[in-house]
Amino acid sequence: MTIFAKMASGYGLVGSFILTAVVTFLGYKIAELIGQKRMGSAFAILLALVVAYIGGVIAHKQLDAGVLTSASKGITDVVYAVGSGDSLKKYAIFGGIGILGGGMMRDFAIISTAWGIDPKNLVKAGLAGIVALALGLLFSFVIGVVVGLVFGYRDVYELATIGAGVQTFVVGPVTGAAFGVSSDVVALSIAAGAVKSIAAMIIAPLIAKKIKLDNPTAAMIFGGLIGSTSGTAGGLAAVDSKLVPYGAMVATFYTGLGCLLTPTVFTAALRLFIH
Amino acid sequence: MGIYGLGIIGACMFAGCYLGNLLGAALGLNSDVGGVGFAMVFFILIQVYLAKTGKKLNPKTEGGIEFISALYIPVVVAMSMNQDVYSAVASGLVPIISGILAVIIPLLTIPLISKLAKD
Repeated sequence: MTIFAKMASGYGLVGSFILTAVVTFLGYKIAELIGQKRMGSAFAILLALVVAYIGGVIAHKQLDAGVLTSASKGITDVVYAVGSGDSLKKYAIFGGIGILGGGMMRDFAIISTAWGIDPKNLVKAGLAGIVALALGLLFSFVIGVVVGLVFGYRDVYELATIGAGVQTFVVGPVTGAAFGVSSDVVALSIAAGAVKSIAAMIIAPLIAKKIKLDNPTAAMIFGGLIGSTSGTAGGLAAVDSKLVPYGAMVATFYTGLGCLLTPTVFTAALRLFIH
Repeated sequence: MGIYGLGIIGACMFAGCYLGNLLGAALGLNSDVGGVGFAMVFFILIQVYLAKTGKKLNPKTEGGIEFISALYIPVVVAMSMNQDVYSAVASGLVPIISGILAVIIPLLTIPLISKLAKD
């Protein structure tokens, strides 16, 4: 087993190809078996999220055992540990998933999907995309604040941080840090952003037909409304990978705009309502 | 060669993200604003230039681009395995309810906003 662990961590990226291939294969197989062949990528993503959850369960056990110092990356965090104390050896057997599924490869692959798209479609939906961006930031913020209020949060800066986290899990900590909000609320805001990303991946294929998410314009609006790169990339991939470049193009501005507007304009506006 | 295709995308990525970081700095943020979007614009401009001048990329170069493009779904699957699903599920009702509502409610407005697109 130690030989295998050594190999899996040494050849991390190649190992990630195997695991990803297996998960993708199973996802497509399940889709085929239940007669929803077009939903293959959706099931592959769903299955991958289950793997991430299981990874998180194991990683948190390892965290409690003192083997790990942090756990926030799904299966990637899980290590194979031998020995104890000073002779403790850890092998990052799933480390490659962190590379293949990390921000670098994600953005690189997203950019490559712009190959062969029609620029006319982008221009046509430009205004709709910008409106969607503004509405997306506003919707998420308001929803976060309202849910926070319902659950008994009353401090205006804590509420703003939760609303910011619902936008994306980057805006939450930025806003929280700007107002010195306590770390448990910041953690809550990060979790809210993570839930939104994951929910976008699962819900998008389920309601795609109903909301007519089947054309470049709708994809650009989707990107503006969801905003998180992972949620947009995963959600559109689960619906139809041809739509990805359109959504990603708009979503790329979301987090930056959120960091700009939320701690300033949005929080100031919120202070008018809550003192 | 295939690597040329990867190099072209990579160069677009660096140029776009550099621009995104400049924009971020100009807005007083320590982050990238729209970098991936700018990179895609550069990449599309290259294609527009090729189409206008009637030039074509070498099929092998194109193959390199299509290779990364075809890796998109697997990268997303790996990305999904990389998500902090455990904390998202374990952190209580506020993140779960607000995160799910923040997907469903905005998405219902897609048909409405779609009307803003020019025909």
